[in-house]
Amino acid sequence: MTPVSSKLYADDVSLLMVLIDTNPYFWSSMNNNTSFTFSKFLSHVLAFLNSILLLNQMNQVVVIASGYNSCDYVFDSSTSSMQRAECLLEKLEDFVDKDESLSREESVDGVGFSLLSGSLSMALCYIQRVFRSGPLHPQPRILCLHGSPDGPGQYVAVMNSIFSAQRSMVPIDSCAIGSQHSAFLQQASYITGGVYLKPQVSDGLFQYLSTVFATDLHSRGFLQLPRPVGVDFRASCFCHKNTIDMGYICSVCLSIFCKHHKKCSTCGSNFGEARKQDPSASDQRR
Amino acid sequence: MADGGKVVKRAKYKSSVKVPGVPGVLKMTRERFYFMPNDPTLTTKLNVEFKLIKGHKFSKEGSSKQALLNLTQDQGGNYLFEFDSFPDRDQCRDFVASAIAACGEVGKATSEKPAVPHDEQLSATEMGRRIKLLQENSELQKLHRQLVIGGTLSEAEFWAARKKLLEQTENKKPKQRVALKNDMWSVKPLSDGQTNRVTFNLTPEVIHQIFAEKPAVRQAYLNFVPGKMSEKEFWTKYSRAEYLHSTKNIVAAFAEASEDEELAVFLKQDAMLASEARKKIRRVDPTLDMEADEGDDYMHLPDHGLPQVETKEILEPQYEPFKRSFSQYLNQHAAVVLRGRVIDVELGDTRSVAEAFTRTNQAELANDVSDENAYRERINKVTRVAEIEDLQGPRDPPVALLSIKDPRDYFDSQQANAMKALGDAETGIRQLKFSVSKEEAFCSLKDSISEINSQGLIEPIISPEVALKVFNGLSQNISSTKYHLGKNPHESVLDQLPSATKNELLLHWTSIQELLKHFWSSYPITTKYFYTKVTRLKDAMSQIYPKLQEMKESVQSDMRHQVSLLVQPMLQALDAAFAHYDADVQKRSAKSGERPNGFV
Ligand SMILES: [Zn+2]
Ligand SMILES: [Zn+2]
Repeated sequence: MTPVSSKLYADDVSLLMVLIDTNPYFWSSMNNNTSFTFSKFLSHVLAFLNSILLLNQMNQVVVIASGYNSCDYVFDSSTSSMQRAECLLEKLEDFVDKDESLSREESVDGVGFSLLSGSLSMALCYIQRVFRSGPLHPQPRILCLHGSPDGPGQYVAVMNSIFSAQRSMVPIDSCAIGSQHSAFLQQASYITGGVYLKPQVSDGLFQYLSTVFATDLHSRGFLQLPRPVGVDFRASCFCHKNTIDMGYICSVCLSIFCKHHKKCSTCGSNFGEARKQDPSASDQRR
Repeated sequence: MADGGKVVKRAKYKSSVKVPGVPGVLKMTRERFYFMPNDPTLTTKLNVEFKLIKGHKFSKEGSSKQALLNLTQDQGGNYLFEFDSFPDRDQCRDFVASAIAACGEVGKATSEKPAVPHDEQLSATEMGRRIKLLQENSELQKLHRQLVIGGTLSEAEFWAARKKLLEQTENKKPKQRVALKNDMWSVKPLSDGQTNRVTFNLTPEVIHQIFAEKPAVRQAYLNFVPGKMSEKEFWTKYSRAEYLHSTKNIVAAFAEASEDEELAVFLKQDAMLASEARKKIRRVDPTLDMEADEGDDYMHLPDHGLPQVETKEILEPQYEPFKRSFSQYLNQHAAVVLRGRVIDVELGDTRSVAEAFTRTNQAELANDVSDENAYRERINKVTRVAEIEDLQGPRDPPVALLSIKDPRDYFDSQQANAMKALGDAETGIRQLKFSVSKEEAFCSLKDSISEINSQGLIEPIISPEVALKVFNGLSQNISSTKYHLGKNPHESVLDQLPSATKNELLLHWTSIQELLKHFWSSYPITTKYFYTKVTRLKDAMSQIYPKLQEMKESVQSDMRHQVSLLVQPMLQALDAAFAHYDADVQKRSAKSGERPNGFV
């Protein structure tokens, strides 16, 4: 018999990085407007995590909480003390306490944002470490369970995370649990080849999770999973917010303008005069 | 009677100083000199090339009555002339000097040509120096030929203006200084064998060496002598300490030292040396890894191959300061010898020797303090050499940092359209009118967590109705984009089949599902139990496989296509399982083949 210690990773062994949204303002608004509370959410998620662990003996689950001020690992099934997903509750409580202590403002306008960029980066770091652990490792993927609106200030960081996930061939699955769609997650899944889903029935979250997001990367080759309806990635200009098909792009910071400017309003680079006879001399898009 | 080309003087040619000599006329040209006796019958005519003249000597004015000039010949032998007056002689002497020099310049065959300054006896070295200067400096040589040999300047005048030049050449050859003795001061006392008297022999040279090698002794001397004790007492104490050391009895040394604090100074380890050693270590090239080098040296012997002279026994901490290492002593001695004499004081006066050493030391200390730059350079070197490449920014080309005024512009540029496409533009843009305090928000979050913690997961997690709704929603969504089987989307293919076929298919499907579930969950096989289970499951599935094939062929032709569409994925699933089983068995047998005999 082969010793258990030797790694025997088949192609359907998964490392599932789950990012859960713990923005308290978002969950308060959910409490007020829907019947889907944080404890319901946790019930569904914990059941899902346990079923992932039961699906294959070698599956590994890591949970990262995306808080309002910070993010942190709250569960890792590879540590011997954490065999069941319920173990994350204690750590999650500590995390929320810490997140609260980091809060400066007494209240927030709207529901604020959770630190998606931070938790995405942490997930990718963890995966990079696994990649470096040796030639045999579980197939990693990221699942974002996200409800807070997209934070415009995190745009650059989130996009960088998405691109690095794309480069390391790590799919980002996303499940929008709030009332709004998330363009961040839509793009993340689209670019990395993951699945984006916004459940129509909140109370059926577990069913969505186990039907769609439990599938390992190997099995996805044989299955029909929900496809995106097609994303409109057309840009609008920075200057007037008009949707444009063709425009000018700053070669330094990639800002988009509908007409030629002398200076980039985003990064301050000076543009040379566009040559009249050759309009393609200045960078053009589509 | 002298012009640029020749000199003519009255002179007597003599075979020695004592004899009266033959009076006549001495005539010198650049190439040669002639002597014509006044008496033409005499045969003492001379016609000698200057080439053959190696040097010249002359008598000092005042010290002797005779104005003599002695020209020494290359092959031995000489020509001695006495002149009527000293000025005459000097004129000839200068001419001879320049003529000899000129010959040397032209011929170079005879390298050593003397020249003559005023009145004083020129030493051979002085001569040599001048000639060397002329040979090394072609411009000076030209000048010398033109002015001195041309007669504008006398030899003495020419060189008088160039004393500096001469001194410089002199400095190039420093006086040889006597190095320190390379033997260590013998610590073996001379014992007369009869009494208990032990004699040490201390010479000024030995004291110098002690001071050079043992700064603590030097400092003690300056402190104690003559205020606390006489010089003799001092050296007696020192000798006593050395004697104690030579016995290698640390315990005895410790006992004596604890009674006599002055003696203790000599017995204890030299703190000044220790701090100096530390300073030197700090100056070592920081990138040098002495330990690593030692590892490279596989010939390395413990203690550099020195016989083990130190006591091996473990010392009690109180004795530690009295321990002395022979290799330390040897190193210090070597360092002092290699450094050479650093003080320029007449030995003998012990105090001034000690003070001179202290002065040199202080000067070095001052240098060290001002060594701030060197220190910084060392630190730079360390960071340069030991830098961790991953952590360094790109060095060149220098890049301007990207400064983005407001990253939200990018967000706005992209998201608006994406949201519109997702069909909830108005909810996306609508700001939720909502306000809650921080405390409230965090408290309700924590309450939710503790709720789950105390009550466990909500039972049931999901109601069958909701699950069905989700299923339908998902499959509708998926199938709507792919297949349209039958006219009515709710009408299943199965319903069109004969009920016997339908039931058979369903039965096979559920059993295959069950078997496959167990099959895949048994991998990877970690125990014997899984192994037998998988074999069992595989056999069961192999029995279903041909039945599926049979069924496909047994149905009516109009249904065959539909049935094969349904059976095909089942066969594929079984094929995948069989393939996995075979591959695993192969891998297993290959692995066990590699194992050495006897491994189970
Ligand atoms: Zn514009
Ligand atoms: Zn720019």
